[in-house]
Amino acid sequence: MAAKYELKLGAATREAFGKALVELGKADENVVVCDADLSKSTFTHLFGKEFPNRFFSCGIAEANMVSIGAGLASSGKVAFVASFSAFVLNKGFEQLRVNVAYSGVPLKVVGTHSGISIGEDGPSQMSVEDISLACSLAGFTVISPADEVAMFSLVKQAAYHPGAVFIRAGRVKVPVIYGPEQKFEIGKGIQLTEGTDLTFISTGLMVAECLKAAAALEAEGISARVIDLHTIKPIDREIIAKAAAETGCIVVAEEHLVDSGLGVRLAQVVAETHPCVMEFHGINNTYAESGLPEEVLEKYKMTAADVADTARKALARKKG
Amino acid sequence: MTRTSDLSELQSIARTVRRDIIEMIGAAKSGHPGGSLSAVEILVTLYFDVMKHDPANPTWPQRDRFILSKGHAAPVLYSVMAETGYTPKDQLNTLRRIGSIYQGHPDRRFIPALEASTGSLGVGLSLGLGMAEAAKLDKSPSRTYVVLGDGEIQEGQIWEAAMYAGFHKVDNIVAILDNNRIQLDGWVKDIMAIEPLAEKWAAFGWHVIEVDGHDIVALQAAFAEAEATKGKPSILIAHTVKGKGVSFMENNPKYHGVAPTKEEVELALKEIG
Repeated sequence: MAAKYELKLGAATREAFGKALVELGKADENVVVCDADLSKSTFTHLFGKEFPNRFFSCGIAEANMVSIGAGLASSGKVAFVASFSAFVLNKGFEQLRVNVAYSGVPLKVVGTHSGISIGEDGPSQMSVEDISLACSLAGFTVISPADEVAMFSLVKQAAYHPGAVFIRAGRVKVPVIYGPEQKFEIGKGIQLTEGTDLTFISTGLMVAECLKAAAALEAEGISARVIDLHTIKPIDREIIAKAAAETGCIVVAEEHLVDSGLGVRLAQVVAETHPCVMEFHGINNTYAESGLPEEVLEKYKMTAADVADTARKALARKKG
Repeated sequence: MTRTSDLSELQSIARTVRRDIIEMIGAAKSGHPGGSLSAVEILVTLYFDVMKHDPANPTWPQRDRFILSKGHAAPVLYSVMAETGYTPKDQLNTLRRIGSIYQGHPDRRFIPALEASTGSLGVGLSLGLGMAEAAKLDKSPSRTYVVLGDGEIQEGQIWEAAMYAGFHKVDNIVAILDNNRIQLDGWVKDIMAIEPLAEKWAAFGWHVIEVDGHDIVALQAAFAEAEATKGKPSILIAHTVKGKGVSFMENNPKYHGVAPTKEEVELALKEIG
């Protein structure tokens, strides 16, 4: 099942975000974008070049940028703010809480360079807590697309989605999972493969790793289901409960601190619906380090082989 | 609502607003009287004379925007909003009670006509800049007014906003600094001095107007000067007295965040007249 995915390397999700912004901007002159001196990295420069009067360069001042974005959104603009996840969420958190979440302002917040796959720049620029922070903002929708196709579609939907949205994007090129015809619905996970022995539930670039792990396990006679949970909040209870009931074993994989990301939110749903064996694969209570993205991902166990190991452990527990 | 530029009428409204503030905070038994009383003339001049707004049509796109960035002065805002007809006057004394629209700090969920939920200091000026930029994009005459506390400008984000507004020449925003010289822990000059104020704001590219924040005629002139100033944002450095109008509260750090007792309410109302 999992072998059907070719997983050819595609664009980075940040690039797909930038392209989606341009398309949004062409269709609607109400779309505005704020950036904090990282436009060439976040790809908002594409929008800025096309629509300079609707592009607000805020300098290296993320807190101010978030509040300005909130003011624009309060005045009826379809407003996006973007920076690295590490900066927009950590430096702008108070503003996201007060001016956006608490105030009920439909600002769209995009964090690029999420996770540890940013590589060489190291932990100060990496973001291993953004899912936790974004999910803790009441009323926020939190989206973490796995490839360029998902990102392009979900950014365009998020623009007109009611309420505030955080979108998690990455720096590195990632494998393409989806065909151009794939439909995405905010709040609805996507089951990529059938499977009966266990279910991988993942988000972002780890979805492709789970698909590779599932293919490897298939060769061992293990049938693994793979679910892309591109929307982390609100969480798709139905698809999770079904996987728990039908496979009795869930492995969560995420490029995020394991004790505060997708896994813990998922465990809550499993506990409330069909309690089953679960294992959690992520960053363990630490910060990563500089290196080539693939080296960093390997050292911090964010590869298909590592995820497959965790799955074997989970299956052993399931068999008791 | 009554709109007026007449000094004696505005002074009379200011007296009513002061009474409202004392009664509300007295009834709530908690709140921030000092910084509410210091901003009375500023808000009365804005809401009854300077700002273009319509309480009957609070979502009118071309309305001027008002943000009380120093959200703890909520009682003065609630009073002017009630006196102009946005919210019920007879509920003012439910301030801070469970279920009241008059929350401890301004909350848009309870009063949709508020432009902003505030209370966490330092964020209002940036928010106002977003509204001002939106008005420019829309070629709307809407202007944005943001009232800041003097202690509040110790927050770093204020200076991010100041830098942005000066650099981007956001001339449809007006900041009003309620310079009452006292913050919660004591005198601003002893906690974290902010002087020289005029020089700081001018250095960030702002047109600075120093004004007696209790002199309505001077405030009217200052707002007119701000509106006539093109190509840069304006700030009114409003020199005020914390607790203004109630002798035992004036210049007394204690009344930053302490409600008057029943006896003190009586005394204060007598003084205000």
